[in-house]
Formats: sequence, C-alpha cells, structure tokens
Amino acid sequence: MKRVSLVITLAVAAGISVPAATAQTLKTVKDRGQLSCGVSQGLPGFSSPDDKGNWTGLDVDVCRAIAAVVFNDPTKVKFVPLSAKDRFTALQSGEIDVLSRNTTWTLSRDTTLGANFTGVTYYDGQGFLVKKSLKVNSALELNSASVCVQTGTTTEQNLADYFKGNNMKYEVIAFGTADEAVKAYESGRCDVFTTDVSGLYAERLKLANPADHAVLPEVISKEPLGPMVRHGDDQWFDLVKWVLFAMVDAEELGITQKNVDEMAKSDKPELKRALGSDGNLGEQLGLTKDWVIRIVKGVGNYGEAFERNVGGGSKLGIARGLNQLWNKGGIQYAPPIR
Amino acid sequence: MTSHPRKPPSQFLPKLQRALGGQAGWGGFVLQLAFVAVLVWVSFEIVSNASENLRAQRITSGFGFLANTAGFDVNQSLIPYAGSDTYTRVFFVGLLNTLLVSLIGIFFATLIGFVVALGRLSPNWLLARLSGAYVEVVRNLPLLFQILFWYLAVLAALPNPRQSVSVFGSFFLNNRGLIIPKPIAEAGLEPFALALAMAVIASIALWRYSLRQLYRHGKLTSVWPYVLGLLAGLPLASVLIFGVPVTFEIPVLKGFNFAGGARIIPEFVALTLALSIYTAAFIAEIVRAGILAVHKGQMEAGSSLGLGRGAVLRLIVIPQALRVILPPLTNQYLNLTKNSSLAVAIGYPDLVSVFAGTTLSQTGQAIEIIGITMGVYLLLSLVTSAVMSFYGWRLGRSLAA
Repeated sequence: MKRVSLVITLAVAAGISVPAATAQTLKTVKDRGQLSCGVSQGLPGFSSPDDKGNWTGLDVDVCRAIAAVVFNDPTKVKFVPLSAKDRFTALQSGEIDVLSRNTTWTLSRDTTLGANFTGVTYYDGQGFLVKKSLKVNSALELNSASVCVQTGTTTEQNLADYFKGNNMKYEVIAFGTADEAVKAYESGRCDVFTTDVSGLYAERLKLANPADHAVLPEVISKEPLGPMVRHGDDQWFDLVKWVLFAMVDAEELGITQKNVDEMAKSDKPELKRALGSDGNLGEQLGLTKDWVIRIVKGVGNYGEAFERNVGGGSKLGIARGLNQLWNKGGIQYAPPIR
Repeated sequence: MTSHPRKPPSQFLPKLQRALGGQAGWGGFVLQLAFVAVLVWVSFEIVSNASENLRAQRITSGFGFLANTAGFDVNQSLIPYAGSDTYTRVFFVGLLNTLLVSLIGIFFATLIGFVVALGRLSPNWLLARLSGAYVEVVRNLPLLFQILFWYLAVLAALPNPRQSVSVFGSFFLNNRGLIIPKPIAEAGLEPFALALAMAVIASIALWRYSLRQLYRHGKLTSVWPYVLGLLAGLPLASVLIFGVPVTFEIPVLKGFNFAGGARIIPEFVALTLALSIYTAAFIAEIVRAGILAVHKGQMEAGSSLGLGRGAVLRLIVIPQALRVILPPLTNQYLNLTKNSSLAVAIGYPDLVSVFAGTTLSQTGQAIEIIGITMGVYLLLSLVTSAVMSFYGWRLGRSLAA
C-alpha cells in the first residue's frame, strides 16, 4: 500500500496522470466502459467483497447507481480498495473517478484536497467498542484506558478532543488498517476500539464472539459520510450529487424497485418529471431521460439500499435514526427534481 | 639583446582542463556542463509542473502546515508532546522514535550477529548446527511476518493489567508493556554524575598506564583493584555527602492501567526484537565470511604463541576480519533503519506512522510530506555511512601502522 501511494505521489509530481483539471470525467468514464470507484478495504455494510469478489454495501450502491445512469448497467464498476490514508491521493491523481469510502465531510478536507463532497450518504458519529467483561457503561468511565484506532482518520483528533475535554488520560495506539487495529483490540492490547458507530457494528461482526462486546451509548462527534469528486469538472460534480439526491427523492416519492414501471405510467406531475415522461431533466445532467428509473432498477431507492446493506435486512441491523427521511423524523433531505 | 631563460609556459590552463574535463579535455567539460543543464531543466520542469497542477486543482501546497496544530496524540514520545503541539513537533517525535528503535536494533543485531557467527564457526557440533539453523530460518522469512509474529506472540503471552506479572511489587509486565519505576532527579544527581565521570576518566588513565608499562617495559601491572575502588568509591562518597541522586516513582494499578512509573510499550519491544533478530542473521553471515577471509596461518601463528582461542580471535583475527566485514555491515545497518518503517503495521509510532501516515492524511499534502520523509531517511543513511567509513578509515590506518 505504501508503495502504491508513493507511485501516485510521484505521478502527481511529474504531472503524468492529472487529467482532472480540464478533462470531461463523464466522457472519460464512457470511453473506458466502466466507472472507477474508490472504496474501503472491507467494511461490512458500506463496502466489502464477498467470497466471489462481488462488492456490496451502501457506498458500493452509490457507485453502482452512477454506473446505472451512465451505462444502464450497475455492474460496470471497477472497485479500488483504498486505505484511509491513500484515498485522497488516489482521487487527486485520477486513479478513481469517485471516492465512495465512508469519508467524513470536514471543512479542511473540502478546501485543501482539491476535491468536493457531493452529499451525505450516511449521518454517522464516533463511538466506542468495549469488552462487556470490563463492566463499563459510559465512555466517561474510560479514564486511563488504552484505545486502538485506525491511523489517517478524523477519529484520532476526535478522540484527543474528547478525552482532553473530559479531563481523562488515555493511550492511543494507531494502526495502518482497521483490521490490524481490531486484531490488537481483540488480543487485549487495548481496552477500547473506536471508529464511527456504523463501523463499530460492522467490525464487531468480525470478532470471534460479537456478543462479548458492546458499543457504548456516547456518540462523540458528527461524521457526515459522503462521496467525493475532483475539483474542476462541474458536470461530473452535478451528476454524482444528483444520483444521490435522486435515490433520496425516489424514496420520498414512494418509487421502489418493485413499482418503478407502474409509477412511470402515473399521471402525477412530480412522478412524470422524476421518471422522465415529462421534460428533459436527465438530459440536462448529460444523461438520459430515464435516469431515475435506471437508478431505482439498479440499486433501489435510498431506503431500500439502506435496509439491504446496513438496516434491518442486513446483519448489522442499524436503525434508520438520523438517516430517516426529513418528513419521517430524520434529516435525509434532497432538493426536488424539477 | 640579452637572452632571458625562457619561462616555462604556464601550467594553469592544462591543469584546469584536466581538473574539469578529465582525460577527455575541454570536450568532456562541455559534455558535463550540458548534462548538468539537462538535469537542472528536468528537475525545474518537475517542480513547476507539479506546483502548477496543484494550483489548477486548488490543492494546498507549501510547508505552512508544519506550524498548524496536530490535534492527535502519540503513545510514545521521547520529548514532551501533547495534542495541542504542532506538526513540526510530531515530526520530531516520529523521527526520535525511528532513531531509538534503529539504534537499539543495530546494537542488538550486531551483538547477536557476532555471537551466532562465532557459534557457527565453533568446533562444537551442536552449537554450529544451531547457529546455522538460526541463520537459515530467520533470513528466509519475510520481515513483516516476523514483526507481526513477535507482536502477536508477545501480546498473546502477556496477561492483562489486572493480572500483571509483578517483580518486587515495582516492576510489572502485562499486555500494556513493561512498567518500571520512574527515576526522578534529586539534588544529589549532579555531584553523583560528576563523581562517576571522574572515576571513569581516572580508570581509563590507569588502564592506559598499565598498557604502556606492558608495551614499554614488559611489566604486567594489575590495576583493576584501583579501578574497582574508584568506580565504587567516588559515587558512594558523593551519595554520603550530597544525598541520593534519584528516587523512584513506583507504578500503581489504577482503573484500567498503571499510573506513575515509566513504560516500555510492547510495540517497541516487538519491533526491536524482530528487527534485531532478522538483521542479525545477515550480520552473522557477514561476520563469518570476514573471519574465514583471514588466512588460517594467522590463527595457527597465534596458537603457537600460546594464546587461547578467545585471545586469538580478539587480538588477531577480528581486527583483520573487520576490514572485510565493515562495508557490508554498513549495508545491514542502513537496511535495519529503513526496515523500521514497517512499524505502522503494529502501531509503533515511528516517522512513517505519525508523519507520513496521520499527518499526511490530515493535511493531504502528500508531496511535501513524502519528500521530507524521503529526505530524512536519505540523511540518516548518509550519516550512518559516513560514520562507518570514518571507522573503516581509522581501522585501515591502525592496521597499516
């Protein structure tokens, strides 16, 4: 992994593969015949490969939806697994077209990396995983604990802020990958493993006895996770942004994988606009009129993707919570398709 | 017209020509100039192209980030460090951790390497076979696996803090590391250090005096009782007059972990173990080759003078072998330092982990940070090389004398 990032760095330095600033990403993707999508190295629920190498997860579905609108085929995606610290370099250098890797939206990442966040796929927050045998019920009881963490994430800074803010001492052990950090936690090197709460549920599944470990109730940070694209190609930025919006809008309009064909025949003006029988909204994005139909047929609406990957229909069983639609008590909200 | 003796033509130009162009003369000089110009042009293009690309993509560049607050913590630091310090401070924390593990690794690798090499050359069948097996097993397994092996093996073998292995109630061993009493300087420290230094200097002087007696007059003088007396007596006197130099802070179990005391983290132990054991296998082969390169007659000559095997090795064989050993040994030292960057796999906070890892991904300034990190490793390697060359030069001089 280290070698890869070095090669990329040198490539950026020599200006070999920097088509970003001027290139038409959509055209590049079409010419290539597949979308190159940066994902995690294996985080159940968000992006992880099964034993046949098929990637699934919420982050994966965002890329599949993009492939669906561009190629009418959600399978035309090449997934590039990236470590936390290599992800931005891979996007900057043009190795991937979109980074969909549970990445937290922060001001400094939005301004200094030469990339833009296109929306929020999952509202998350940082939490703590502990062994039940420690009999700890609150993160405020963690004074003098040893904490395992993956390096290269916002997690390390939140952790420092939280312990300092609550006047507690701790020891941090930072590992290159989440797997190594979890292994050290399991071997007893640390009392606590910390990352985003969704990640805690996902990593807990990998432990020998998931039932022996508990996620503490405190959520110590705001972690809005979303996809990123490079600066300099507004068309591509709009496209990725609206694919996600369309998934949320589709749920709000009640368009599901099952009823999408029926809905397309509906006379309701908002459904006609969204599903392309009225106007040319898809074409304004550089796509086809049936773009929303393609998304919903490919991966379903936002709610369906959520349930299948991280919600009740998955092993993780995470409640919708903040990620419920705005009119159902959550904060997922998309501008209207019109 | 008086004839002056003709002045010899000035040697300046031909000398300059030779110095600049070598045997190829001015043509060679022009060629070199052209080569340097091309090199400068290429590097200028790379730098300007990179900065232009970064600007075009609005990626922040430059070294301003070094003054920003780091905001994360590190679990081993040789200098005072807190999350509110700058990235520059983080850089030095990482650098010192790399240096620490490298220096201690080099020390143990050399020690183990020499012992194994002598073992392999020993007439004792079992010892020779064991040493041979060590070399063959260790040098044929990838280093990363060995690091992970030692880390997981060390961790698995150790109990949790509440069931620590305790020695005298003040040393504790558990899976958080080895916790030892922390020395705290007292008023008596300075006189104590001074007394110790005086004792050491006096002992060295005595030892040299005895050597001179031996070489000049062939007299064996035994100075060790005086040396012992000096080394023990002077510091003791200082303690009696000025009080104890240090007191110890005893660690106490508190909550999850021990409070007070100093701690050696298991990541450091595992990394040092893996690096020294791995590199020692290569050093052993280098030392063995060096010893075998010394002519057999030298050893026989030593034996015929009545010297024992140890004395022959120490006084005759190893000094000559060192000339052969030194250059490849330097390579191994450089390798060990560079290999220490595998630390990130087990969470040891070395330069690559905290600077080229966390700092890089927090600031996103890959080119600057990778550049600085490569520069540091280059500098470390050049310094190691220079020190070893100097030692080699001194050794060559003393052998030639």
